[in-house]
Amino acid sequence: IPFSSFIHPLNRLCGTAEPLAKMSLSAKEKVIVKDFFAKVSSRSDEVGAEALARLIVVYPQTKSYFAHWKDLSPNGAPVRKHGITIMGGLYEAVSKIDDLAGGLLTLSELHAFVLRVDPVNFKILSHCIMVVLSMLFAEEFTPQIHVAVDKFLALVALALSEKYR
Amino acid sequence: MVEWTDFERATIRSIFSKIDYDDVGTAALSRCLVVYPWTQRYFGNFGNLYNAAAIQGNPMVAAHGKTVLHGLDRAVKNMDDIKATYAELSVLHSEKLRVDPDNFRLLADCLTIVVAARMGADFTADVQGAFQKFLAVVVSSLGRQYH
Repeated sequence: IPFSSFIHPLNRLCGTAEPLAKMSLSAKEKVIVKDFFAKVSSRSDEVGAEALARLIVVYPQTKSYFAHWKDLSPNGAPVRKHGITIMGGLYEAVSKIDDLAGGLLTLSELHAFVLRVDPVNFKILSHCIMVVLSMLFAEEFTPQIHVAVDKFLALVALALSEKYR
Repeated sequence: MVEWTDFERATIRSIFSKIDYDDVGTAALSRCLVVYPWTQRYFGNFGNLYNAAAIQGNPMVAAHGKTVLHGLDRAVKNMDDIKATYAELSVLHSEKLRVDPDNFRLLADCLTIVVAARMGADFTADVQGAFQKFLAVVVSSLGRQYH
């Protein structure tokens, strides 16, 4: 049996350890993610803006990445606009859900060579996004959907940090 | 000692006066067991945890969720010395239950998600900040006596 096809038990869990084979979304989870994001799409701008606003309020150290903005107020225009941009990126990821690393290559290079955002912040932002989803879609954001979305966001983060080193 | 602003104190008291401990405790623990399935390792004697539906309907999970939330109440009532409040519980989790303290952080994240769902728009960024600061102190105190 080729070594690369060994599925380490940690593979079933999440990306906190180094899996030998990558954690991936099952076919069912991909459907869950696509359906849920479709449901959210009418309020996606709101989700993006609110999630980024929360990031800089609850985790002030993240402001270090936006020192070039004149207005860093959570409800100000730059934060809102950028939150919407990020959400747009996430929807692109949903459309490329079958090959995140390949589909997000450009964004990955952007984050690796230009933005150089410390990957710990992907986790923090993912948490903020899920808090907002939970607030705005309380009924829909069940534990089953939560785990699929959590995995999806972790995989997007992984794809975005592909080229870091 | 942790410094709490008036806003933070008021916010924590307000949140815990509004939530249904039994509902939130059950929802948070069952969500944790679904979203982070490896946490199930500590509940081998809880019976059927085979899928999300089983977990959410499991009466032992519900009971333990309530226990955890009522345990949080002690920190709400002793915000100026959470470390001392949880010293004994920390020893219990370390020596007897042998829980990896990272699990406290995972449960805290699920609790945040559940409270956000219950509070909706009232769960503003500032309220989230205060709530997460409170939970971070609780999590730190529970891990304090590990050695």
